[in-house]
Amino acid sequence: MALSKLENLYRQMILEHATHPHHHGSLKKADQDIELRNPTCGDVLTLQVELKDGKVADIAFSGSGCTISQASASMMTDEVVGKTPEQIGKMVVAFSEMVTGNESDDVDELLGDAAILAGVAQFPARIKCATLAWKAIYQAVKADDKKSTVGFLRHDE
Amino acid sequence: MGKKMNSYAEDFPILKQKVNDEQLVYLDNAATAQKPRAVIEAITDYYYHDNANVHRGVHTLAERATKDFEDVRSKVAHFINAPSKDEVIYTKGTTEGLNWVAASYGQTHVKAGDEIVISYMEHHSNLVPWQQLAHRTGAKLKYISLQPDGQLDMSSVRQEITDKTAIVALAHASNVLGVVNPLAEISRIAHEHGAIMVADGAQSTPHMKIDVQELGVDFFAFSGHKLMAPTGIGILWGKSELLDEMPPLEFGGEMIDWVQLQETTFKKAPWKFEGGTQNIAGVVGLGAAIDYLEKIGMDNVQKQERAVVQAVLPELQQIEGLTIYGPQDAQKRTGVISFNLDNLHPHDVATALDMEGVAIRAGHHCAQPLMEYLNVPATARASFYLYNTIEDGQRLVEAIKATKEFFKNGTI
Repeated sequence: MALSKLENLYRQMILEHATHPHHHGSLKKADQDIELRNPTCGDVLTLQVELKDGKVADIAFSGSGCTISQASASMMTDEVVGKTPEQIGKMVVAFSEMVTGNESDDVDELLGDAAILAGVAQFPARIKCATLAWKAIYQAVKADDKKSTVGFLRHDE
Repeated sequence: MGKKMNSYAEDFPILKQKVNDEQLVYLDNAATAQKPRAVIEAITDYYYHDNANVHRGVHTLAERATKDFEDVRSKVAHFINAPSKDEVIYTKGTTEGLNWVAASYGQTHVKAGDEIVISYMEHHSNLVPWQQLAHRTGAKLKYISLQPDGQLDMSSVRQEITDKTAIVALAHASNVLGVVNPLAEISRIAHEHGAIMVADGAQSTPHMKIDVQELGVDFFAFSGHKLMAPTGIGILWGKSELLDEMPPLEFGGEMIDWVQLQETTFKKAPWKFEGGTQNIAGVVGLGAAIDYLEKIGMDNVQKQERAVVQAVLPELQQIEGLTIYGPQDAQKRTGVISFNLDNLHPHDVATALDMEGVAIRAGHHCAQPLMEYLNVPATARASFYLYNTIEDGQRLVEAIKATKEFFKNGTI
């Protein structure tokens, strides 16, 4: 059956994260509040980040999206807590490379459970779904101003 | 019918391929249609034998290209029953046509306090140009409501169109809901109030006989690529008395009558709107697509599609957890079927169907206000055309069932 190939994309852990996403909701006190949209499909992701001592102390996301974008957001939020913006920057680059088929040897170490999303590389149409949350955290921790950054993905990314 | 059912697919070389090891079933026709061999060959022939710029050469090739270019204009006029070929303007597609009406007619006729009336089912290309025109002129943009089954609410039509209304702009057929709007009746209402009627024919022209005079509209725009012609060519038809008073939007070669240092006079419509070298090969392809469709007959095209929808819709309706948007009666719809599978995002559905070789669209279909109106983030959409068969519809049904089974333990 042709759908057997789907198992490379929809691994059990991905389905679990999508069904029961971690850090889903909002924060009472956020240092960064970012909304990122994927204009090609209308997906919206809102991300809130609380920073303490130069690290991510707490994080929350909300919005609508497909299984892949929701699972990826859930996994991302698990992995970035306690990390510095520099560390997060490296993770985002590693994730982006991984889902476009350039997986480095240290993805498991850098990305933890999120490394399971490597299967997305076989589904080029879904790369944007996977990267939305990672682009959002990148903008959140790298942004200069404190609040309400709105961004969108480029068509050619 | 000229041909037996199922045999049209043979005219479309692209359909003979496997996708993800499965025979391709192309059901994304509302986005763009595939091209028959006759269209592909017409474009090749043009470049092999006739290519030249139009309207400006005295040599033989220029004469031939100009004749091809202008003959298609007559062909289009006949295809939509326009009174005159001079009312047929080449554009790059529906979007450009609608934008031109908004920017040229709209900008010179709409003033602060006027109303522009559209509906909740409009594609962004028949929404944003009017919204921006309203912003520029101080006019008010109003929306006609829909009935629960997705058809236009006629009492809302009568309520929203008033003596202040300058322009009514509506889709002839919806790209999401599969409904056909009663434009003839709405045109009468618009005209009673002194408004003009603009029709977005992108989703109707490929699938049914169009008669702009019977529809009573003032402008009618459509795209070539959805009716088997190449991308980048479309038509804006408008009543000559309106076109005559509209200022051109793009200045340059081809559209001028006489240029002096400080003043220029322009050609008449349609040429005054066609600045610069046009998409001549696209026009040739459009002519070949119209020939192909007219040989079959637009009534037969519609019959063929309706037969497939009538067979497929009941099977889809029986799938538990599948929501179908728009009228549930196959007689009231086109070949566009939008749906959602419970607890599953349409992107996930589209990826799963792609693995089964079935190409559908997932997303907001350039109709974000409609998605909001339906209270869904997005939908999946299967859209049929002449070359699709009942078997193709069954492949869709089976693929949806398999997708449901794959995700049976639930995701989001």
